Amino acid sequence: MQIAMTVNGEQVTRDAEPRVLLVHFIREVLGLTGTHTGCDTSNCGVCVVLMDGKPVKSCTVLAAMAAGHDVRTVEGLAKNGTLDPVQQGFMEEHGLQCGFCTPGMMLTARALLDSNPHPDDHQIREAISGQICRCTGYATIVRSVHWAANHAAEEVPG
Amino acid sequence: MQIPAAFDYARADSVEHALELLEQHGPESRLIAGGHSLLPMMKLRLARPEWLVDINDLHELDFISEDAEVLRIGALTRHATLLESDVIARLFAIITDAEHVIADPVVRNRGTIGGSLCQADPAEDLSTVCHVLSAEVVIRGRSGERTLSMADLHRGPYETAVAQDEILTEIRLPVRPRFGSAYEKVERRVGDWAIVAAGAAVSLAGDGSIEQARVGLTAVGLDSGTVTRAEEALRGGRPSEELFVEAARLAGEDCSPDSDQRGPVDYKRHLADELTRRVLRRACRRAAEQGAEQTCRLP
Repeated sequence: MQIAMTVNGEQVTRDAEPRVLLVHFIREVLGLTGTHTGCDTSNCGVCVVLMDGKPVKSCTVLAAMAAGHDVRTVEGLAKNGTLDPVQQGFMEEHGLQCGFCTPGMMLTARALLDSNPHPDDHQIREAISGQICRCTGYATIVRSVHWAANHAAEEVPG
Repeated sequence: MQIPAAFDYARADSVEHALELLEQHGPESRLIAGGHSLLPMMKLRLARPEWLVDINDLHELDFISEDAEVLRIGALTRHATLLESDVIARLFAIITDAEHVIADPVVRNRGTIGGSLCQADPAEDLSTVCHVLSAEVVIRGRSGERTLSMADLHRGPYETAVAQDEILTEIRLPVRPRFGSAYEKVERRVGDWAIVAAGAAVSLAGDGSIEQARVGLTAVGLDSGTVTRAEEALRGGRPSEELFVEAARLAGEDCSPDSDQRGPVDYKRHLADELTRRVLRRACRRAAEQGAEQTCRLP
């Protein structure tokens, strides 16, 4: 079937079987491999992308169900070569080690900051509670999101 | 890598259209809303529909509507919407309590109340909540609508009265004065199913005694959804620690948990007892507060 959606601001139309999951559509049909696959069971959260601005686990959404919607992946965070403050924050505060959970973490952080520009520790931890990081113990991820919140209005060096 | 077996896909644009599609594609067609139960089951071949009818565009089923006697919730209302709703928090705090601990925030952006009730998982939280709130559900088919109690909706684990060619459209919750409710769950980690959870709803008489009480337990093998002896013990009594302890003891005795990877039977009975006490305390406090507010608002 023909599946058309907006991905990172660009309209895409591709042919795919109805059973293709959104994560596989993004990675294998569109070639955007920044979105990761982990548990396949909507537990780990490494496949999180934004659908109409809200984080969703793309291993548990059919590409067909995302048709007509606005999808944003980690490749859509930076604008014109300038990192999103969330990406910059993860660099500044060492919000990653192996990087496997990072795309999903950053997208959830972006959605959180869009609805709540100055979250406290608890709100950040709640927002990312559906996503697993086995490296950082989460402390540096929380600091990274605070960094982004504190630098939202500034011009971030590219 | 887990991928569902092949199927065909159709998207409905209204309830009538969804019902037409179900009729047209026959017994192997299934509705999909949030998909966070059905898609995992399809990946594991526990479900293998030939057609999926996507109802995510049925915005007519995404609503929370309040009148004096009943709160109506559309079946497609997402968990995240229920969690954020001020009306729900004011009238039925048990739903807000439960939504805090259902899955995780990302899953809650997709999952729906109608999907939760139709999945009828014995460890699912909103089923207990709706039992405790004496909810009625509206089911629509090609020949019309019918309204069922929760007891009539749920026929057993993963089994409901909703026929293959029908759709659950609405949940109706009776609004009562001097009413309070609460839910609490113990889980191994965020997003897991309950080891045990308890819910309670009470309405107080004018003199402060308990007029009606319902107690429900999740994941401990209760067929009826609520705990009758505990409810009878509460009815007519004055809210007190002694009464809560007695009702909770009965709830712990009357449930029938299985020993599994989440814990042994005696631990689960202990949780049923302790959590029942906690939700009764909180429900009664909330009922008293709501009663006080209502009295203050009188002219």
